[in-house]
Amino acid sequence: MTALLDVSELTVRFGSSQILHGVGLTVAHQGVTALLGRNGAGKTTTLKAVLGLVPRTGRIRLADEDITALPTHAIVRRGLGYAPEDRNVFASLTVTENLELAARGSGPHHYDLVYDMFPELKQRGKQRAGSLSGGQQQMVAIGRTLLNDNRLLLVDEPTKGLAPKIVTEVADVLARAAEKVPILLVEQNLALVRRIADHAVVLEQGSVVHTSAAADLLTDADLTRELLGVA
Amino acid sequence: MSTLVLLSLTGLGLGALYFLVASGLSLIFGLADVLNFAHGLFLSVGAYGTWWAADRLGLGFVPAAAVGVGLGALAAVLVELLLIRPLYARPIDQVLVTVGLSLAGVALLQAGFGADPVTFPKPAWTEETTTVLGATVPNDRFLLIGVALAVLALLQLFLHRTRFGLIVRAGVEDRAMVTALGINVRIAFTVVFAIGGAAAALGGVLAGVYYGDVSPGQGTSLLIFAFIVVVIGGMGSVAGSALAAVVVGLVQQFTSYYAAAGVGEASVVLVLAMVLLARPGGLTGRTA
Repeated sequence: MTALLDVSELTVRFGSSQILHGVGLTVAHQGVTALLGRNGAGKTTTLKAVLGLVPRTGRIRLADEDITALPTHAIVRRGLGYAPEDRNVFASLTVTENLELAARGSGPHHYDLVYDMFPELKQRGKQRAGSLSGGQQQMVAIGRTLLNDNRLLLVDEPTKGLAPKIVTEVADVLARAAEKVPILLVEQNLALVRRIADHAVVLEQGSVVHTSAAADLLTDADLTRELLGVA
Repeated sequence: MSTLVLLSLTGLGLGALYFLVASGLSLIFGLADVLNFAHGLFLSVGAYGTWWAADRLGLGFVPAAAVGVGLGALAAVLVELLLIRPLYARPIDQVLVTVGLSLAGVALLQAGFGADPVTFPKPAWTEETTTVLGATVPNDRFLLIGVALAVLALLQLFLHRTRFGLIVRAGVEDRAMVTALGINVRIAFTVVFAIGGAAAALGGVLAGVYYGDVSPGQGTSLLIFAFIVVVIGGMGSVAGSALAAVVVGLVQQFTSYYAAAGVGEASVVLVLAMVLLARPGGLTGRTA
């Protein structure tokens, strides 16, 4: 069976500096694929490049379709949900408006699922998203991706800057979401990766340096330290 | 007292004109990052279109104005599709194209209808006056203010009650994220151009009523004040444009009357400088 997402020779340049040097990776049809690496390794850029949010060369296939040349909105409509690193909720819009904006096409739209996972979003429906806490904004960002029937979620550092209690909550939601839809997850929190990731891809200076089952990487303390600088 | 009332209503009327031009300008800049120097052309298309429909087709004022507004919206859509769209992400080229278009537009209007002002077919009742608190106020002031208020209300309804409006508000904040939600934001660009073109054309119709005639350069000279209004009000904010238009219109009228003609224009620039020093993002700017 072919991979759900098949990225090859992905290259990104900003001016004279090259951020990605021919990244190749695949995301399986099930489970969580963790995209790991030190700061500045190119993880966020890889997600953005898949979505066409930054100019890139290479080849990106979603299932059997080459989506490289498509504009971002068309790529997303193929069934991708994106929760960016900085959440990028629309600060001047209410929580409900943020969700409505994300509801694609004729649906179905899983408001029940989103409100079930994040009851707070329903209570705070009329509140401007800009006045939410970081954790609540992350709920909006993840909620947006769960609203539609997506084939793949791209989730970028969902626990960054969050309080430990919220981290657990976000991890629970991601674990639950991963039962239904595969996730390509960028995450620095290795405890979270250990808990929910099935596969691991490690980037270093814009190139893939390691690909394995997540458990194989994370149970090998030496390898983890070598690749990620942490134990 | 009667002078104050007349100056205030005239200032508000002038502000209404500025608002009609500035609202579209502000939305277009806020959403699409396009500094549209050709926006004054839409105003002229509206004014000349109305004059043409009334003079040549013999239509009454309201249907003629509808023709003018329709032509203004059409012109805006064509400009967006044919000239701006190929140049997104090339801001310098966009500025050159829109500046060139505004110059070419004035020249074309001159070639077609002559350089001299043409008498605008304003309805007879706008030439009459109404007494308000002892002041004799020309009726056209009420028309200007009323139409601007109606446009403001319609724009707010559009922005807050429709999906396109939601996309526009979100796009003004973070366009890339809107596309990352699977929304083709380019369609919203075209819609905003159409709305902005229609509003500017309506401004052209009202400018014709207010000044009594239309000339090829009218759009360009009003555009300068509209730009000032947009900057004072905050880019991308319709409510900010409305507030700033009122401020600019009133300041201009009062200083022109109590100081000297010409001081009005200069004082508007002074207001602009003060606002930018105090609030670099404009009156409604959330971030500096």
